[in-house]
Amino acid sequence: MQQRRKIRYFIAFVLLTAGILVLLLCNIGIGTVKIPISEILITGRKQEGMNARILWEIRFPRTLAAGILGGALALAGYLLQTFFHNPIAGPFVLGISSGAKMVVALVMVFLLGNTIRVSSGLLILAAFLGAMLSMGFVLLMARKVDSMSMLVVSGVMIGYICSAITELVVTFAEDADIVNLHNWSRGSFSGMTWDNVKVMSIVVAVTFLLVILLAKPLEAYQLGETYAQNLGVNIRTLRILLVVLSSVLSACIVAFAGPISFVGIAVPQLIRKLFGTTKPLLMIPACFLGGSVFCLFCDLLARTWMAPTELSISTVTAIFGAPVVLWIMISRNRRERG
Amino acid sequence: METQKPYYITTEKMSVGYDGKPLIEAVEIALQKGEILTLLGPNGAGKSTILKSIARQLSLIAGTVRLDGEDMKSFTGTELSKKMAVVMTSRLRADLMTCEDVVATGRYPYTGRFGVLRKEDHVAVENAMELVQVAEIGDSLFDRISDGQRQRVMLARAICQEPEILILDEPTSYLDVRHKLEFLSILQKLCRERQLTVILSLHELELAEKISDRILCVNGRTVDRIGTPEEVMTDGYITQLYGIRMGSYDEESSDMELAAPEGTPEVFVIAGAGSGRKVYRRLQREGIPFATGVLYENDLDYPVAKALAAEVIAERPFEPVSRATLQAAKERLERCDSVICCRENFGSQEAFQRELLAYAKQLGKCMESSGQQNRQ
Repeated sequence: MQQRRKIRYFIAFVLLTAGILVLLLCNIGIGTVKIPISEILITGRKQEGMNARILWEIRFPRTLAAGILGGALALAGYLLQTFFHNPIAGPFVLGISSGAKMVVALVMVFLLGNTIRVSSGLLILAAFLGAMLSMGFVLLMARKVDSMSMLVVSGVMIGYICSAITELVVTFAEDADIVNLHNWSRGSFSGMTWDNVKVMSIVVAVTFLLVILLAKPLEAYQLGETYAQNLGVNIRTLRILLVVLSSVLSACIVAFAGPISFVGIAVPQLIRKLFGTTKPLLMIPACFLGGSVFCLFCDLLARTWMAPTELSISTVTAIFGAPVVLWIMISRNRRERG
Repeated sequence: METQKPYYITTEKMSVGYDGKPLIEAVEIALQKGEILTLLGPNGAGKSTILKSIARQLSLIAGTVRLDGEDMKSFTGTELSKKMAVVMTSRLRADLMTCEDVVATGRYPYTGRFGVLRKEDHVAVENAMELVQVAEIGDSLFDRISDGQRQRVMLARAICQEPEILILDEPTSYLDVRHKLEFLSILQKLCRERQLTVILSLHELELAEKISDRILCVNGRTVDRIGTPEEVMTDGYITQLYGIRMGSYDEESSDMELAAPEGTPEVFVIAGAGSGRKVYRRLQREGIPFATGVLYENDLDYPVAKALAAEVIAERPFEPVSRATLQAAKERLERCDSVICCRENFGSQEAFQRELLAYAKQLGKCMESSGQQNRQ
């Protein structure tokens, strides 16, 4: 049994890694402008010419961002699901993404209005504030309601309120950059720069390491608080860390790509099925890889499906993610009855 | 005489409750290593509250709990987890976890930074599963096994933690009789062999009396009694502790009966040597008030008769049945509509029974015997 499981984990990791590699190549190689593979290989060395610029300054950073943020998003979803002991929790359904979006929109409109350049760091900070704001609200609700669906409903409501405020701000702002803001507020990986990628890599990498260090207490926490506490876990500290880390991850995603739906719920669930375990030490890296694969794939479709028109990333993630969520709910319902 | 062993766990003036409001005050427990303490009391009397407080899941309102002489507050979470394990009523969440995985979570206090199991951890897990006989279901999913198996897996998990004291909240509540007995036997074995100290709550009074070294009774306000089972289980105490209003509990025989039928006796039952209990209970089910006799007070039928009969004509043990007693029985029999004789034959010292049966036949009231009933 132990041996069989190890083989399963190994195969699953190999699949995910292979998926990432293939999708990285596809994302870089496929696009409105056809660039032959031979040229892609050459551009590794020389960075001149039209095609090279498209590759190096547009597709490369965008692909990396999709991979990094996708992983971060799935990880944020996993942390929230663990935190609330709720399989359909995620930064989007709980309104955390929308909260972050709202504060970022307010900050951007205000700063752009005063012609101040907006740095990535500031955006993340704003998004983090917004994420914590929504999170605080969700935590309050979690105290009042103990049913898992009610928690999600209240999260969705928070999301609507925040989105409405964002829409208001965007509608009445009078800036040319508002077009960008509008695209961003619907969620997109377009327009990523190397600077963005640098900042997000650092933030996500640090958070990821901290999350990995929490793998052991998380494993105990999953058993329920009574047992976690008996095993010597400091529940209060762990809960605070979980809230902060999942908010940082959500904030980072929103700051760069806007709110992206369903990845946070669907990916951890799919990964659980793939690995057949809930062990955090495996789930944390696996969710990250899974999120990368999912977002790379969805971004590829978003760019190419209706080309040259680009779809918002959430359109694509919803098409693939929402059925997964439905399937989770139906199978859970069946298990509880049976 | 041997000098008194030091106490392993003591509570001093412990007050427990929720949100700073004391529910039960001045709980004084003192247990040596290897002893079993059972908490008894009605639903909602505070048994779980006391257990949670001792397990540090609820903060104390007042007082101290000492483990091995040290204030339990001074232990870090990990230190305490190496000394104390719990099996609580709240379900353990175990999505996609096999029984072996669940047991292995008991090794948590001993594993390193990332909680990866070492060789000795695997050995400990295997031993614990052998001990409670769940080794063969190690690969089954925890969510798919029966309640009896689940409780044993939970016990294995606690054992894996290598505790010195075990706290269990109603561990046998959902188990069938076989699993109740097996579970408590394993617990007793652990106490004897490993000097494990156990504090648990039970609803099964008769089992509590058998397994416990000490019993603590809570009634929702205070600790009503604490002591050995003999000291606690005195006549009529359980009825008072649980506020039993319908039915009865006999501390001597652990016999539990529903309420006796009301009214003047319609049937007289000639019983003795345990032959009458089933008939008494049948009459109770049918709602027929009855009288019975003559029974010695040490007869197997006596506790049930006391609980269910409208009148019991009894005689002190090992004394000849007096004429007066026999006369009382005859008079009672006369006033009943019918007589049931549960006996096929009588012993040489039971002339009084024979006389009573003859009298019943003479009156033509001997309607049936239990033997005929059984054959129907």
